Amino acid sequence: MDAVLHARGVTKVYEMGEVEVPALRGCDVDLFEGELMVLLGASGSGKSTLLNILGGLDVPTEGRVFYRDWELTDADDSELTSYRRQHVGFVFQFYNLIPSLTAKENVALVTEISTDPLAPEEALELVGLGARLDHFPAQLSGGEQQRVAIARAVAKQPDVLLCDEPTGALDFRTGKLVLEVLERINRELGTTTAVITHNAPIAKLADRVITLADGRIATVERNEEKLHPNEIEW
Amino acid sequence: MLSALDRKLFRDLGTLRGQVLTIALVVAAGIATYVTLRGTYSSLFASRDAYYERQRMADVFAQAKRVPRSVARRIERLDGVARVYPRVSELVYLPFPGEPEPSSGLVLSIPSDGSAPPMNGLEVMRGRWPEPGHADEVLLLDNFAEARAIEPGDTLVALLNGSRRELRVVGTALSPEFVFALEPGNAMPEPNAFAIVWMFEDAASAVFQMEGAFDDLVLTLQPGASEDAVIDAVDRTLEPYGGFGALPRSRQESNYFLTQELLQLESMATFVPFIFLAVAAFLLNIVLARLIHLQRPQIAALKALGYPDLSIGLHYLKLVSVVVFLGALIGILAGWWLGAKFTELYTEYFRMPLLRYQLDPQVALVGVGVSLFAAVVGASIAVRQVVKLPPAEAMRPPPPARYTRSIFERVGLMGLFGTSARMVFREITRRPLRTALSALGISMALAILVAGRSGMDAFEHLIAQVFQRAMTEDLAVQLVRPMPERVVGELAHLPGVTHAEGMRAVPVRFTSGAVHRDAVVFGRPGRLELRRLQDARGEEIELPREGLLMESTLAALLGVGVGDRVEVQVREGNRGTYRVPISGTIDEMFGLQAYMHIDSLAALVGEERTVNTVLLDIDPAREDELRRRLRDRSGVQSLFSRTGLISRTRAQTGQTWGAMTFILTLFAVVIAIGVVYNNARVALSMRSRDLASLRVLGFTRREISAVLLGELAVQVLLAIPLGLWLGTLMAEGMMAMADPERYRMAAMVSSQTYAFSTAVILGAGLVSALLVRRKLDHLDLIAVLKTRE
Repeated sequence: MDAVLHARGVTKVYEMGEVEVPALRGCDVDLFEGELMVLLGASGSGKSTLLNILGGLDVPTEGRVFYRDWELTDADDSELTSYRRQHVGFVFQFYNLIPSLTAKENVALVTEISTDPLAPEEALELVGLGARLDHFPAQLSGGEQQRVAIARAVAKQPDVLLCDEPTGALDFRTGKLVLEVLERINRELGTTTAVITHNAPIAKLADRVITLADGRIATVERNEEKLHPNEIEW
Repeated sequence: MLSALDRKLFRDLGTLRGQVLTIALVVAAGIATYVTLRGTYSSLFASRDAYYERQRMADVFAQAKRVPRSVARRIERLDGVARVYPRVSELVYLPFPGEPEPSSGLVLSIPSDGSAPPMNGLEVMRGRWPEPGHADEVLLLDNFAEARAIEPGDTLVALLNGSRRELRVVGTALSPEFVFALEPGNAMPEPNAFAIVWMFEDAASAVFQMEGAFDDLVLTLQPGASEDAVIDAVDRTLEPYGGFGALPRSRQESNYFLTQELLQLESMATFVPFIFLAVAAFLLNIVLARLIHLQRPQIAALKALGYPDLSIGLHYLKLVSVVVFLGALIGILAGWWLGAKFTELYTEYFRMPLLRYQLDPQVALVGVGVSLFAAVVGASIAVRQVVKLPPAEAMRPPPPARYTRSIFERVGLMGLFGTSARMVFREITRRPLRTALSALGISMALAILVAGRSGMDAFEHLIAQVFQRAMTEDLAVQLVRPMPERVVGELAHLPGVTHAEGMRAVPVRFTSGAVHRDAVVFGRPGRLELRRLQDARGEEIELPREGLLMESTLAALLGVGVGDRVEVQVREGNRGTYRVPISGTIDEMFGLQAYMHIDSLAALVGEERTVNTVLLDIDPAREDELRRRLRDRSGVQSLFSRTGLISRTRAQTGQTWGAMTFILTLFAVVIAIGVVYNNARVALSMRSRDLASLRVLGFTRREISAVLLGELAVQVLLAIPLGLWLGTLMAEGMMAMADPERYRMAAMVSSQTYAFSTAVILGAGLVSALLVRRKLDHLDLIAVLKTRE
């Protein structure tokens, strides 16, 4: 299997005011074509930082990151912009929808600047929100907002879908609905997907689980038996 | 089809409508001030020039006692003269039934063949031109006809050279040489008291025994001719015929007055609107920058989705452009309307035909350009600060701020205050720059309020100083010629006169090196009770026994000081030229003049001690009777009452200054409210998360309001002393722009102005606080806490 994304020796140090906070200390990670990978770790383990670096939202202090043959660590800001625009879909813990745009318009924000997108309606249908196209974020529940964010991420038919704690702000039942959507997209569209979570049971959905602790890769495991979101409990 | 980003633009504009509108109004107020005042000034200036051009306004004006016609041809042959127009010009009295004194006026001849005058052309406003052969048909100055309700076809009784004549007014007219028709010796035009009557030359010559002669001559210059050389040559030519000294157009009374009015308007129309525009632009810059900072997470999300910096930047530039263009539209329309009203106000005062307010596109463009520039710079800096962060970082709340315990806290002073006060204090000390910028913005708004109103204060101060302290006579009697001093005693004995003092005014030309100025020397018998000599600070100055006491601006213009000698050319009587030492200088608030002891002046010109102005203090109950007696006396040319002069000054200068002050105050209020309100709104948006957290922790609404409004109060309180000081500086700047040859008004800011301006700012602060307080009461605690900042 080919690695869509691979990172070597990635280190990131944040300067927070007067203190230096090391978030990543030399991580090697691969994300393979078509897989659903879960990055598991306690809060503060560096998983969001790693995902942001893989997605071109942040740059490492040290180390190299490649998208296929393209070295992202050499890319300038406009190249990173074009990388995100053409290849990456993001889902954030706090949705990051534009409050002044409806569900459909939030999705259109992405489809308008993509080369071969799904129609916004189609993307929202995919996440089960075909009936709520014209609702503003404030008129949607948290789970619905997150599904709009997923629709927005997948509408461009990205090569990789990166999800940062997609269920973090949601209750159990709603969280499961969101996971079902992610699982279906990975299965039906074959989108390479990385999900980060601090919630260990969610790892059972994955093809592969990478565990982070204190900014280092602790373990990399392959699930012999993937579970369906319906089957997991937390 | 609108892109999603453009939809966001429209929705954001809708959501932010309160702020969009108030910011747009700040822009509008800046642009409207600029368009109104600049446009009024340029319209008036353009109207004057066009009018002079169209009616062939003369370049040089000369008068003499009686000059044979043939001399006009000699003058026309002088080097530099293009064309001459000799006329008959004589005083006329117009008695009106029921009025104790006749109005005075001037008869001016027009060509007897009914042709238009070759220069200083007339514009017939009502009625028609007189018909040749009808000696009694005349044109009357439109201002006078209007003030007196005289219609074409009416009969006008006139005392011409001592005989009573009935004239038929066939039309009313305006003339470029009488935009201001000033009665000789009067400082202010009075439309119902001074008339110009245009009469056929043969009729006028017959009445005034001027056949074959003229006593008034105007001429135009050849292009490139030297005005001074022509005037000298004309003066030499007319000297044997009792020439009074020719004047260039710039010194012609009406034009001088008109130009001075325009220059005064110019100082107001240049500096003030620019300050307003600059202040509005500065505020626009701050407010928009903060508005954009509030959108930091959205900008980050757009970046994460793959929008390039350029499209994000353009999106926000569109937002600010909409605000600026909305403001520009309101500002230009309001400025246009007000400019037209303002120009109309001036036309009641300046009599020029076709005086129309024209919106100068260049003026509007400058206004819009300056505002747009400020907005784009403000927005660009804010957007750049956000987009240069990696999106992951921009989506995170900004790193926790470094709060420190200040010196006050370390010495334990903070223990005196509650938690809310401590939060206010820390917020202010943590972001001193933001606090300073907010306070600076509010203080600028306060400053333009102070500066806007200070014009009226300075005017009132001038009136108080000049008319209530320096000129204290009830009546000034102008004599037709200098008379022996005993006339003062004679007038003092008239019934109703309680005190009389005489002085002698001599028109002169002061020359020092290449500089000369036409001015007046007042001969005074030492101290005059009714005309104290006091400087700009109100201190009494003693008149030296010998030499000149010269107004200091005049001395500075001539480049002379105490101990120097200056050349004095007397412009009446024997017309001698003398060199006189300067014994002292005096700072006065207006005019170019000098004073001399009446004995020294008499000795200098070789005359006896004479006076030509008598100042009277009178018993008000007997004023009418006294005025009648004075009018009947031979030798009395005119009477001026001080209260009349004050009320005319108030009515005329005061009206235009008052209107201007009103406009400036109005716009300053709009700007002040816009700034204070936006400041409060932005503070609310920036802090709503913290405040909601406090509510969750159990703080009451009142307590969290105290935190936010406490910050606002501190900003306003810091802004007030700064704004009052900046406003005083601006007022000084405005006064410094006034032409010193006319006014040297000290920048005066009355305590009422300080109080009013402070009250407007406090009021704006209070209203903003109430609006913000209402929003705080509706803070959605859960929603604020659920989403990140």
